[in-house]
Amino acid sequence: MKQTARIIPCYAADTSGVCAALYELGGMVAVHDASGVNSTYATHDEPRWEDMQSMIYVSGLTELDAILGNDEKFIADAAAAAADQKPRFIAVCGSPMPMMIGVDFDAVAAEIEQRSGIRTFALHTNGMHSYPEGASEALLAITKEYVLPPAETIRNGVNILGALPLDFGNPEEIPDIRVWLCKNGFSVISCIAAGDSLDTIAKAGNAAVNLVVSYSGLAAAEYLYDRFGIPYVCGVPFGGVFSQILADSLRHAAESGQPESPCTSRGTSGRSIAVIGENLIGGSIAAQLGCMGLAAHLICPLPHSDKLLMQGDADASSEEEIEQYLAQMQPCAVIADPLYRFILPKGTRHIELPHYAFSGRCFERQMQNLTGSRFDAWLSQNGGLQ
Amino acid sequence: MQQYEKPPVIRMADADAGSAFASGLEYNPPVRGMWNIVHMGMLVPEAHQVYACAQGCLRGVILTAAEMNQLDRLSWISLTEEDMFNGTLESSLVEGVSEIIEKLGTHPPMIPLFLSCMHLFAGCDFDSVLADLSARYPDITFVDCYMTPTMRLTISPVAQCSRQLYMGLQPLPQNPKAVNLIGCDRPTDEHSELLRIIRGAGLILHDLPLCKTYAEYLQMAESKLNIAYLPTAHAALDALEEKLGIPQLYLPARFDFDGLRENYRMLCDALEIACPDFSDEAAAADAALRAAKETIGETAVAVDYTAVSRPFELAKLLCEYGFNVKYIVADAAGEDADAFAWLKENRPDILLYSPTNVNMLHQHEKAPEPVLAVGQKAAYYFATDRFVNFVVNGGYYGFAGIKAIAELMQDAFCNPKDRRPLLRHKGYGCDSCLLS
Repeated sequence: MKQTARIIPCYAADTSGVCAALYELGGMVAVHDASGVNSTYATHDEPRWEDMQSMIYVSGLTELDAILGNDEKFIADAAAAAADQKPRFIAVCGSPMPMMIGVDFDAVAAEIEQRSGIRTFALHTNGMHSYPEGASEALLAITKEYVLPPAETIRNGVNILGALPLDFGNPEEIPDIRVWLCKNGFSVISCIAAGDSLDTIAKAGNAAVNLVVSYSGLAAAEYLYDRFGIPYVCGVPFGGVFSQILADSLRHAAESGQPESPCTSRGTSGRSIAVIGENLIGGSIAAQLGCMGLAAHLICPLPHSDKLLMQGDADASSEEEIEQYLAQMQPCAVIADPLYRFILPKGTRHIELPHYAFSGRCFERQMQNLTGSRFDAWLSQNGGLQ
Repeated sequence: MQQYEKPPVIRMADADAGSAFASGLEYNPPVRGMWNIVHMGMLVPEAHQVYACAQGCLRGVILTAAEMNQLDRLSWISLTEEDMFNGTLESSLVEGVSEIIEKLGTHPPMIPLFLSCMHLFAGCDFDSVLADLSARYPDITFVDCYMTPTMRLTISPVAQCSRQLYMGLQPLPQNPKAVNLIGCDRPTDEHSELLRIIRGAGLILHDLPLCKTYAEYLQMAESKLNIAYLPTAHAALDALEEKLGIPQLYLPARFDFDGLRENYRMLCDALEIACPDFSDEAAAADAALRAAKETIGETAVAVDYTAVSRPFELAKLLCEYGFNVKYIVADAAGEDADAFAWLKENRPDILLYSPTNVNMLHQHEKAPEPVLAVGQKAAYYFATDRFVNFVVNGGYYGFAGIKAIAELMQDAFCNPKDRRPLLRHKGYGCDSCLLS
């Protein structure tokens, strides 16, 4: 069955994606749930929780309120919390039980906004999907709400879209992507959404090009392309060669005004390598391996863009499907989170790359920063693939 | 001082024992020592837990097991929207669990199958699921368990899980020399008078945290008496009395010398033995409290509800020994409502803090003074490395327990510890990959 797993974890859920995307923006997120979703997010999905406080709260839904359909309690509690905490905005989202009882989150958001006088929007999660869906909707909402029309286009200006600790678990990695951009002659306008405020994000429309570093940022990138004509480039600067290709692609897209996706490049010959992970991150790793003369393919168990999966890639999402694909592919090596070790074909080499959205805190001290040539050094330290 | 619509702190004088704070949105502080249902489920030796719920709920339980280095003892079935409406709720459960069993290779003796709030609200016929699975796998005991936090006002998840984990027991001939401790998540201190009475009477003590094999777990059904001291054990006591006919004796973990003597009298009456004189033990507890007070002096003390099952009773005891108890972190009084009332009258200026109020978000950044904390949440909110680190009484009980807690307070005062790694460790006392 697709929904069954003997041993591997599931990925962080859509609610965690919402919370992670909005974490640093000064807003309040009210998750309508009994308790577990927020506790899980705070414990296992959010590395910032201990050191950076954010107004992420849970409604504490009870059986009585669920049975009676008492949305008023949630609305009143959110308005009261907002009065005490004074957030820049309020986001409401849901978990499985509100879905069961048919809570109308758009109406709830409108009520809260009316009472609190604070901009409130609904994000349509139900705890039954993976984090990129929630993060994607949240980043799109923020982009639509707060990015102003371009006052001027900054010729080398770039935004980073889709930067979440769930995908970039090493706290140095996103800052290093900024550094990499600067070294390649770009000026970072904003990073959506890590390390920058809403006021900074408001200026994102001035960029000449957007760098999309995860699927979570793709919807926002498409919106900025459609709305303001800002092209986007999909990929993460992993490895010396691919990073250079990505930088060139950014320059080219800024010139042409057309989106590009260098992370879809794949090697067609050489040893077979499987990369299990996020659409753009895993795709970028596969692309870099292709530059190294390896036939690397992505197994993406997460929400993804079909356009960013290439022939030979797989959208296997369950333990069983991943096992079957690996058995069929018979790769020489698999680059994947350490907790995939339980389902790899016997004897297959496993190059462990912890992914916070999968194994949470379990390998937090082994989270890698693979920006630029660090990827090559990391691969070499792990025995290389040549 | 900011005026809040829902203040996170209130003077004892103004607090209501049943509910001190207005309910509202809730904050989750980074304090992880309290056990959840996964930690509890691991207590049954050789059992394999299966959870059926939505991804957002699954993630927490799976990673709990992962951090315990026990991922191989838990499997899962995720629910989709379609499962709720296409009429396959029960059959997909049966097929999913069957698939997991086939993949396991060897059959576990027991599978606690955890259903979610969604199953309850969708009207899942759990009896038929268990019947089908039992027919397919007669060598496995399937036990219905629940991850239903939405239902927590009816029964708390801990109490419910504690009850269900004993439902794998099947009737055995009574052994007049055996008794059970019920509802504990860790072994009880062997120095406690409770265990000394039981062992001194030559009785076999069964206790789930002490079980090393499934056979030892099953042997619990032979006991002539079920004893418990945590309030979360009531449901288990009642269920076992109904299922196995084992009478119950509740001896709450008190911080009150007379109450403890009464407990021991009741226990000895039930066991039909003479009650020992515990004057020396009481004197030792008294001396330890006095010594701790001497060391800690007028330093402010904070007590929280995660540390002990009767935080107000512990606070009262400490006040009676002259400790400067200034802060309590708890939402309401439970069994210790009398102690709450005493504090309200005699220590009206103690400040009671909500553990989850949204306005506690920045409390740890504004610690008012140096504090000695009893409990992890108090340590976090008052930003102190001087704290007693345990949850749910830590296995301590009786005069020996009071003595131990006093000594731990003294030690905590003299030997501060780095709270960060201790507070983030999920499931106090459990193995954790974060420590390796």
